[in-house]
Amino acid sequence: MSNVGIVIVSHSPKIAEGAADMVRQMVGDAVPLAWTGGDVDGGLGTNVAGILEAIEAAWSPSGVAILVDLGGAETNSEMAVEMLPEDRRARVLVCNAPVVEGAVIAATESSGGSSLAAVKRSAEEFYA
Amino acid sequence: MHDANANRAAHTFAPLTASAVLVNPVGLHARPSVKLTQCAKGFTAKIEIALAAEGPWTDAKSPVKVMRVKAPQGATLHFRVAGSDGDAALAAMLALVHDGFGEA
Repeated sequence: MSNVGIVIVSHSPKIAEGAADMVRQMVGDAVPLAWTGGDVDGGLGTNVAGILEAIEAAWSPSGVAILVDLGGAETNSEMAVEMLPEDRRARVLVCNAPVVEGAVIAATESSGGSSLAAVKRSAEEFYA
Repeated sequence: MHDANANRAAHTFAPLTASAVLVNPVGLHARPSVKLTQCAKGFTAKIEIALAAEGPWTDAKSPVKVMRVKAPQGATLHFRVAGSDGDAALAAMLALVHDGFGEA
């Protein structure tokens, strides 16, 4: 069984890339990982197409957990999930967790072979 | 009277305990916590850590809980392990601490 993929979505491409760097360095390469950030014009924001690409890049048969920062990152991620083929939709979850810490924890959980539900639960422990 | 727990007890494993001093400079901070949970997840045994022999015990497979322990350098980390692969799990956890999580 493959490890759950992690997608990082931030308004800032620098934050998204930096969070992904932390995941790679702290957790390693055993987890499919992708990041996206910025609007289509290169400014701060998020865009649905970029999120869809990131989900594709981090795709795993075990599913994908998305970590988001604020407002639009969450709504655009939910929109991207709705646009996925039906058989994939249920295997992508947006986590209610801080983007940087949540990404590291979610990836740690995933690297141990945990299920998508367990990965989400672990990331969300930060707010528990 | 039949003791329903007697049979169950035969299938459980007595917990193994051991301790080791944290030698890496910053103690159990983020990166070592990730390594510790990753190592723990490689075993089926229940693995717990604590800063004192009497607990409170923390699930070593939960990265968030392990980070919340905030064990500093020089602290003694206690392990309590129970499961069929408990011996190997305990040895691996102790080796990780002795090696300073690869940072010392």
